[in-house]
Amino acid sequence: MGVEQKLGEMGAVTTTLEQAMNWGRTRAMWPMLFGLACCAIEMMAAQSAHYDMSRFGMELMRPSPRQADLMIVAGRVSRKMAPVLRHLFDQMAEPKWVIAMGDCASCGGVFNNYAVVQGVDEIVPVDIYVSGCPPRPEALIGGVMALYEKVEAEKIKAAA
Amino acid sequence: MDKQLQPIVKKLKKEFGAEVTEFRGDVQVLLASEKLIAASLKLRDEFDFALLSTITAVDYWPEESPRFHIVYVFNSLSKNLQLMLRVPVAGENPTIPTLTKVYKNANWRERELWDMFGIKVDGHPDLRRLLMPDDWNGHPLRKDYPLGYEEPQFTFNYEEIDLSKPHGEV
Amino acid sequence: MTTPYTIPEVTLDEIKHLVSQRAIDGETVLLNMGPQHPSTHGVLRLLLELDGETVVTCVPDIGYLHTGIEKNMESKTYIKAEVMTDRLDYLNTVGNNFAYCLAVEKMIELDVPPRAQAIRVILAELQRIASHLIWLATSALDVAAMSVFLYAFREREIILDVLELVSGQRMMTTYIRPGGLWRDVPVEFDAAVRNILDTFPKRIDEYEDLLTKNPLFLDRTMGIGKISAEEAIQWGATGSTLRGSGPDWDLRKKRPYSGYEQYDFEVPTATEGDVYARYLVRIREMREALKIIEQALNKLPLGPVSTNDHKYVPPPRSELGVSMESLIHHFKLWTEGFNVPKGSVYAAVESPRGELGVFLESDGGPKPFRIHWRTPSYNNLEAMPVMTEGLLIADLVAIIGSIDIVLGDVDR
Repeated sequence: MGVEQKLGEMGAVTTTLEQAMNWGRTRAMWPMLFGLACCAIEMMAAQSAHYDMSRFGMELMRPSPRQADLMIVAGRVSRKMAPVLRHLFDQMAEPKWVIAMGDCASCGGVFNNYAVVQGVDEIVPVDIYVSGCPPRPEALIGGVMALYEKVEAEKIKAAA
Repeated sequence: MDKQLQPIVKKLKKEFGAEVTEFRGDVQVLLASEKLIAASLKLRDEFDFALLSTITAVDYWPEESPRFHIVYVFNSLSKNLQLMLRVPVAGENPTIPTLTKVYKNANWRERELWDMFGIKVDGHPDLRRLLMPDDWNGHPLRKDYPLGYEEPQFTFNYEEIDLSKPHGEV
Repeated sequence: MTTPYTIPEVTLDEIKHLVSQRAIDGETVLLNMGPQHPSTHGVLRLLLELDGETVVTCVPDIGYLHTGIEKNMESKTYIKAEVMTDRLDYLNTVGNNFAYCLAVEKMIELDVPPRAQAIRVILAELQRIASHLIWLATSALDVAAMSVFLYAFREREIILDVLELVSGQRMMTTYIRPGGLWRDVPVEFDAAVRNILDTFPKRIDEYEDLLTKNPLFLDRTMGIGKISAEEAIQWGATGSTLRGSGPDWDLRKKRPYSGYEQYDFEVPTATEGDVYARYLVRIREMREALKIIEQALNKLPLGPVSTNDHKYVPPPRSELGVSMESLIHHFKLWTEGFNVPKGSVYAAVESPRGELGVFLESDGGPKPFRIHWRTPSYNNLEAMPVMTEGLLIADLVAIIGSIDIVLGDVDR
């Protein structure tokens, strides 16, 4: 890993608690296996051999919201699905993040009509919006990288 | 018109007083709703139209009688034929008889008719909404139902529209 | 948070007629599966009545991906509405464009040049293989064959590269347009498709090595999810779901469109009607699709790729500067669109899942008056409860995989 060489004989690393915590959070961020529509196929493609998102510590997709840290809303959210989505989000343990993948999840996309929620940010707080219809797997990985930067800059909040 | 279809259409005309039109090779038979069950039974048993491909409706609002046309698409696998039935329905309290006893897959399609057009299906075993949530108001595919368009946000009207939007919070 | 989004409560009274008396007496268990479940292939929800591990009744609940595409298309001109068709069945985007364009062309009696027809066939068959690869990947994953997933997605990229080459988009191509194609294929197209033709037979052999005689796979699939031919037809199932039970009903053969009659291919069928039969049919369909592509590519005619009638097809960019007429056509097409004669038609293609039909009604104006999609997954899913009765809940997952549903196709 290279850490041994850097450490030498000392066997200790100094860092801030924030940095260590955020490093840990980003290196094992488990997304929820939550496919809605077209974007879910590209999400699967990003997970599979060709794009291999597991290079970034995301090989584990958890279908259970209890075990997931990151919700990737991959696809259009219908009015019927909206309460279910919120329900799933509420079940996720803190800290949790949301990526709105694709145009439909970000703003309704081409479907400006009665059935589709105009942006998933009406239901859950979104951290990163990934554009594209559907976004390429590279774009999704780029979105995840952007989220990492955001998480790494997070400060520890005093308990409320 | 296909040669095999001619006797079938002739029979439908004679027995059910149907009106036959042909457009771009598709044969459509206009029929009163009381005769629908008898006609479909005849199609299924006598002429071997075993596959009901789809049921849908067209809304001619603001016209009132008939306001709807229900369209049935039948296929015969053995003879390789296709036939469409059209049943006009009035706008006030629209009702059609159910086909579920003749074709099993009419079940969901007729639920969809109720859900999307508000057309009641007499004798249907399970007439609930199919695609929309149970507590939904209105029937979206009717012509007098608005599309539900929301104004997109741009830089110049961002704040104005933002006020009207709900925002999800943790 | 106060939200308008609450889940409507369902009482037992409302679903009483769907389950047996034993469920009401408390003998059997009612279980909700989905819409968030790893093996429902999207947002399908099933209401299950279970006697121990055995499924007594299975009631699908759909609509969680209802997008209002039919209504939305009514508000757009014919060209603009086509963008929506891609997003219906998102594994068969080319096929959706294909069905839509056939319906519009049937309405206005537009002739499509032979080159465009052949390219349409090539792309539709490529898409069929890509769609079957996703089915193979996900349905094998559902019965715990993980490596097939990785293989199949690797090969799918090769096909998506071809789609990207011709249209610039991996999935939502909108490449087939009323009257022909958006533009001609680039010169690299031929080599790219030939590369697929060379490599894919070996790749399909690889999948078969992993699954076809694998005892674990056979145990999970043979004799599971049986449906007879009569029942499949009664429930309106089409495509491989029907062909796995016997009938060789394939619209490409029975009602050839776009020049399918020129190509020599077989319609694979099986008689068992179980999950394994449907698996075999789809694997063989991939091989037949390769045969069609090869024939179409070998005799790909030269010539234009869209009709010359600029009332319906935009004139080439180069003409706009020199021809007043072209400029008028261009302006008319992109502002108000073209008018379609009054009437209604039904056009259908054989999608990877079955009969994909478009019922199109026009009032003579530039927008579809009513467009209805007869989507194959919808009927195949409706037939599913017949297959599940009396089986274990673990088999349910294999059955959902085997009917190859796409929820975008079901809910529209």
